[in-house]
Amino acid sequence: MIALLIRDLRLALRAGGGFGLGLSFFLIVVVLVPFGVGAEAAVLARIAPGILWVAALLAALLSLDRIFALDFEDGALPLLATAPVPLEAVALVKALAHWLTTGLPLVVAAPALGVLLQMESGAYGTLIGSLALGTPALSLIGAFGAALTVGVRRGGLLLSLLVLPLYIPTLIFGAEAVRRGAAGLDAGTPLLLLAGITLGCLAALPIATALVLRINLR
Amino acid sequence: MSIWEYANPKKFLSVTTPAVPWLFGAAFACLAVGLIWGFFFTPNAERFQSTVKIIYLHVPSAMMAINVWVMMLVASLVWLVRRHHVSALAAKAAAPVGVVMTLVALITGAIWGQPMWGTWWAWDPRLTSFLILFLFYLGYLALWSAIEDPDTAADLTSVLCIVGSVFAVLSRYAVNFWNQGLHQGASLSVDAAENVSDVYWQPLVICIAGFILLFVALVLLRTGTEIRLRRIRALETRANRAEVVA
Repeated sequence: MIALLIRDLRLALRAGGGFGLGLSFFLIVVVLVPFGVGAEAAVLARIAPGILWVAALLAALLSLDRIFALDFEDGALPLLATAPVPLEAVALVKALAHWLTTGLPLVVAAPALGVLLQMESGAYGTLIGSLALGTPALSLIGAFGAALTVGVRRGGLLLSLLVLPLYIPTLIFGAEAVRRGAAGLDAGTPLLLLAGITLGCLAALPIATALVLRINLR
Repeated sequence: MSIWEYANPKKFLSVTTPAVPWLFGAAFACLAVGLIWGFFFTPNAERFQSTVKIIYLHVPSAMMAINVWVMMLVASLVWLVRRHHVSALAAKAAAPVGVVMTLVALITGAIWGQPMWGTWWAWDPRLTSFLILFLFYLGYLALWSAIEDPDTAADLTSVLCIVGSVFAVLSRYAVNFWNQGLHQGASLSVDAAENVSDVYWQPLVICIAGFILLFVALVLLRTGTEIRLRRIRALETRANRAEVVA
């Protein structure tokens, strides 16, 4: 499992744009927003939590097709399926690698982008907390979606249609936590619910992902 | 004699083919009685005037939109556990009906909301969760049409339906949470079952029965079509193979 994780991380790094691409996309979305809605600090501060969360969601979506598609094309996936490691563990490791290459950089970079969007100073703690708690769920759900569409040629659009509705609860609780943080309210409840979603996904989705992969490899 | 006998496509067709016209007839009779009674022979409500009458389309379609998804969930589970093809095809056949029901509910809701709430659309929890349900239906349909191999498609959409159900329920309650966080308790939604009085209740029940019958008839018809389509495909493959051999 650790070998697989290292392999995936190395592939993401050396194939170019593993850490960088998702992060640059995140930055670009955040830069585009002031052009779209105007640069007034009050407006930006109000929408900053939502924008940051939606941008994180799209950045996670962008790199989903790489989770399984490349391995499926070059035939590594059937080998992984027959490896001594259970396929559920492979799915989990793949999601973990995806999170380390896209989710974690977002968590680290988000406060800097919050500054760009004039976010309230009280919200930084909840922003980091909610992203740290929520982005693993995005990777796990995304891995499930990627497994569903692994056999489909040019499945990118289909993948987003399947995965984005599944992201809604995570987005709601994540953005709500940051909004409450910005308003100086207690953000405990949405953060707990967010953690609940992530833990639920962690427990159930690798099994579903492995099931779907087996179907696709039949 | 058990329900599983109908998992045999031949048996299924022999029973449903003669039943479908009767079901359609019963559905249209119910809808005609319910709608005419509802539209012309019930009084206008005090607060809503004549707009109250859209209830006869809105409530049944909204009920069906949710129940069709539940039926798809059950059919998907049956397919995954017992591998009856008819079950998978029934889920496939039900999805477009569910989409239309969701759309009807959304559109009639908007038509009612415009004069009553003064807006076509509000990000009210109920409205929002219906829009989300609509998106789930679209994703489900898109996955069916994207995958060529019918058995793989049936398997994948079944898993999607099950996972999607969990997330749809989650979204329903998450949306509640989100809205309460945003607005003060602006109670836009009217719980029809609790508020509606007897005058409206009777035609409404008939309309709901009509919608259910219509759905059953449509699903049986569409499932039959899918079974026949699959037979045609099998025959064509066999014919092609015979040609190649010859």
